[in-house]
Amino acid sequence: MNLPHRVPPLDEGNPVTASATLSADTVTPTEPAGDLSDRLRWFAPGTHITIRGLTKTFADGTVLYKDFDLDLPRGKVVSIFGPNGCGKSTLINMISGIMDYDAGQILFDGKTARETKIGYVFQNYREAGFPWLRAIDNIRYPLKFLKLSKAEQDARIEKLLASFNVSIDLNRFPYELSGGQQQLVSIMRALVIEPEVLFLDEPFSALDYEMTLFLRDKLQSVLTDMEITTLLVSHDLDEAVELADEVLLLTRKPTSVAARIPFDAPRPRNAETTVTPEFIDVKTRSLEIFQREVRKP
Amino acid sequence: MSNLTKVLSKMRWLQPVVGAVALILIWAFANFAELVDPVLLPSPLQSWNAFVEGMTEGTLGHDFYRTIFRTMLSFIIATIIAVPCGVALGSSDKLYRSVEFLIDFFRSTPASAMFPLFLVFFGIGEEAKIAVAAFGAALIILFNTAYGVMNARQLRQLAARVMGASKMRILWDVTIWESLPQTFIGLRSGVSMALVIVIVAEMFIGSSDGLGKRIIDAQMIFNMPEMYASIFAAGALGYVMNLLFTLIEGRFVHWGGK
Ligand SMILES: Nc1ncnc2c1ncn2[C@@H]1O[C@H](COP(=O)(O)OP(=O)(O)OP(=O)(O)O)[C@@H](O)[C@H]1O
Ligand SMILES: [Mg+2]
Repeated sequence: MNLPHRVPPLDEGNPVTASATLSADTVTPTEPAGDLSDRLRWFAPGTHITIRGLTKTFADGTVLYKDFDLDLPRGKVVSIFGPNGCGKSTLINMISGIMDYDAGQILFDGKTARETKIGYVFQNYREAGFPWLRAIDNIRYPLKFLKLSKAEQDARIEKLLASFNVSIDLNRFPYELSGGQQQLVSIMRALVIEPEVLFLDEPFSALDYEMTLFLRDKLQSVLTDMEITTLLVSHDLDEAVELADEVLLLTRKPTSVAARIPFDAPRPRNAETTVTPEFIDVKTRSLEIFQREVRKP
Repeated sequence: MSNLTKVLSKMRWLQPVVGAVALILIWAFANFAELVDPVLLPSPLQSWNAFVEGMTEGTLGHDFYRTIFRTMLSFIIATIIAVPCGVALGSSDKLYRSVEFLIDFFRSTPASAMFPLFLVFFGIGEEAKIAVAAFGAALIILFNTAYGVMNARQLRQLAARVMGASKMRILWDVTIWESLPQTFIGLRSGVSMALVIVIVAEMFIGSSDGLGKRIIDAQMIFNMPEMYASIFAAGALGYVMNLLFTLIEGRFVHWGGK
C-alpha cells in the first residue's frame, strides 16, 4: 500500500491513525461509509497542498464553501479565476491560514499552514507594508521568524536583491515609494524567506499597466528560478494564463471547481506567448467556462 | 489695485499674527478710550512689563517652573500607567467591554469634581495636585490608546501572522505601532488636561506657588497687570507644550496620514 500518498482522515485524528480508519469496521455507524471512502482518495504524486471537506459559512448564513476538495501541485503556479465574489480571496486566506474555516482540512505535505513557510502578497500594498520601517527593514522583517544568524540573513537579502536586480532606494520609507515600488517591496518581503508556498491576491490590480508588466516579468523569472508552489488570484485573464502552469476556474457560490486547464508553454513567457495558439486556446476555453458560470442563475 | 494685492501677497507671512495684533490693538484702544475701568483692564504695555519683570526679577519664573514641573510629572505618571493599560484593554475585547462603562463614566466626570476625593486620600500637599492631574490625563490617554489598538487595521496584523509571528509579537511589532497616531492624540490631549487641572488645583488646593496660585493671588489684591501676565504665561505654556508635542509626534509618527 502506498500510504504516503494518502490523505489523512478528516476526523482531526493524526495521520498515524490513518491506516486504522481504512478498514470498514472502524467507521462509526452514523457516518455513511460511501462519504468516507470518497475522502480516502489517492492524490497525484507531486501534490503539495491537499484540501479536503473545506466548509466556510459566514455569520449571515452565506454558505461560501461546502465540502470543497482540491489538490495543488508542488512548484507550479496555479492561477485562480472566477466570478466576482465567488470566494477567491477567501480561499487563499483559508489556505494560507489567515482566515478560519468551519470544517475540513488543509495540509501542506502533511503540515499545517502554521508549520509551513508562507509568503503572501496582498492587493493593498499600502495597508500591508509596515510604514514605520524602511523598505529594506520591511523586506528583512520576516527573516526574524526563521532561525538564521545575522550573516545568513544578510546573505539572503543580498541574494534576493540580486535576483530582482532593482534600482530603488530601499532606505526610504514605503510611503516615499511609488505604488509599484511598494508592491515590489511586498513581493520581496514575501519571497525573502524562500517560502514553500506563495500566495498573491490580485497583486497588480492597483498598479498602472507599465508597472504591472514590469512586476509580472520580475515575478515570473524569480518564480521560475525558485520553483515555489504559487497561488495567484487574478481578475485579468491574460495575466492569469500567462503566469500559470494551470488555470483553476471557480463557480459562483457555493463555490466549487468549474475546471482546471493546464498551460505548458515554455518559460520565460512574454508578449509573444500571448499570441501563440496554445495561449489563445487556453484563454478561450477559460473564458467560455467563466461566462457559463457567470450566466448561471 | 494690483500693486496693493502684490504688497498684500508679499505680507503673507504676517497672516498668522494678524489676529493677535488686532486683539492687542483693540485692547490698547479699549484701555486708551477707557471703555473698561482701567483698574480692571491695564494697558497691554503695563501687562507686558509685569510679565517681563516677573520673569526676570520677580517670582513669575519660579511659579512658571513649578507649574511645568507639576504638569510634566503628572503627565509622565499618567503615561506610564495609561499606555500599557490602554494597550492591554485594546487588545482584549472582553476586558474592554467589561470596563468600557467605567472609563466612559469617569471620562465624563469633570476632574475638578474629584478634587475633594483626592484631598481626602492624599492630603492638601503636593501629592493631591499631582494625583488628580495624573488621573485626569490618564483617562484620556487610556481611552485613546485602547481605541487606537482596537481600531488598528487588520491587514498588517494578518501580514505578520502569515509570516509566523505569534500573538505577542504581532501586538508588539505591529498593533502598537499602528495605534501610535491615536495614542499621540491621547498624549497631546492628556498633557493639556494635566495643565488645566494643575492650574485649577494650584488655585484651590492650598498651594504656595505655581501659576494658578499666582493668578488667584493677583486677583485677590486687584493687581491686574500681574494677573494678566500670569494668565499670559499659562497660555504660552499650554501653547508651547502643544507645539512641542506636535513636533515630537511628527518625528515619531512620521508615517501618520500617509
Ligand atoms: N464577513 C463576511 N460575511 C458575510 N459574507 C462575506 C464575508 N466576507 C466575505 N463574504 C462573502 O463571501 C464572498 C467571497 O468573498 P471574497 O472576497 O473571497 O471573493 P473574491 O472572489 O475574492 O471577490 P473579488 O473578485 O471581489 O476579489 C463574497 O460574496 C462576500 O459577499
Ligand atoms: Mg478578492
